Amino acid sequence: MVEKDMQKTENVSAKERIRNVKTFVPRVDIFENKDSLFLVADMPGVDEKTVDIELEKNILTITGRVESGPIKDATMMYSEYEIGDYERVFTLSDEIDRDKIVATVKNGVLRLELPKAEKVMPKKIAIQAA
Amino acid sequence: MLRPNLWRDRSFAEAIPDMLQLQREMNRLFSNVGQKSHQDYPAVNIWEKDDTAVVTAELPGIDPEKVDISVSGETLTIAGSLLTEILAQNETYLRQERDIGGFKRNLQLPFQVNAQAVEARYEKGILMITLPRIKEDLPKKIKIT
Repeated sequence: MVEKDMQKTENVSAKERIRNVKTFVPRVDIFENKDSLFLVADMPGVDEKTVDIELEKNILTITGRVESGPIKDATMMYSEYEIGDYERVFTLSDEIDRDKIVATVKNGVLRLELPKAEKVMPKKIAIQAA
Repeated sequence: MLRPNLWRDRSFAEAIPDMLQLQREMNRLFSNVGQKSHQDYPAVNIWEKDDTAVVTAELPGIDPEKVDISVSGETLTIAGSLLTEILAQNETYLRQERDIGGFKRNLQLPFQVNAQAVEARYEKGILMITLPRIKEDLPKKIKIT
C-alpha cells in the first residue's frame, strides 16, 4: 500500500460555521460503472440523522455533524486527532437522476449511489466514412 | 548574559532520564517526517476518569469482529484490517483515498490495567476502549498517625 497521510485534513475552504467546531474533509472513494456513480466517505462519528447530502445542479455537497464530543466527566490526557464536522463538495460531470439516489450510513461510513440519468447514458456514435 | 551552570543545578540531573526519553521521541518523530507509519494508525485520544483510561480511535467501516484488542500489563494493542472494497469487473475507480489495509498499534498506558474489566464498544465508526486501573496499582492512601 502507498503511504498516505492518515491524519484528518481540515477543510480550510469550508465557510465559517455557526457551530464553533472544526470542519474536516472526509476521505472518499469514488467509483463508477456505466449506470451509476458510487461514493464512499469515511465520516466517523456521524449517523443517518446527522449526515446531509445536497445535490444542486451538478454540485454535490456532503456534510456531517459530529455530536459525540468530549467524554463526560473525563479529562483528556493525550490527543492525536481532533473531533469536528465534515464537509466536502464535488462537482459532478455526469448528470444524476436525483430521484433514485440511495444513501446509507453504517459504522461511520457514508455510501452514496448516484444513478446516471437516462439521457446522459453513453450513446455509441457511429462514424461514417467520409 | 545570565549563564546558569546547569550541571550544578540538581533538578537538571534529575531530568536526564526525561531528556533522553524526549530525545528518543524526537528522533522517532523526525525519522519518519512526511510518512505516517502504520504504527501510528489509528490515531487515538486518551481520556481519564476516576482511575480509568478511555481510549478512543476513529476506525470507520471496520468489522468489529475482526479487531483484536489485547491488554498485557500497561500495554494496549489494537490490531485489525480495514475492509477494502472489491469492485465488480465493470466498475472503475475515479478516486481512491480510503483504503489503508491492516494496522497494529501498541499503546503504553501510565498504569497497569485490569485486563478482566476492559470493555470495548464500537459505534458510528468510533472505537472506545475502557481500561480500568488494576487495584494493586492504585496509589495507597497513607494516614498520618
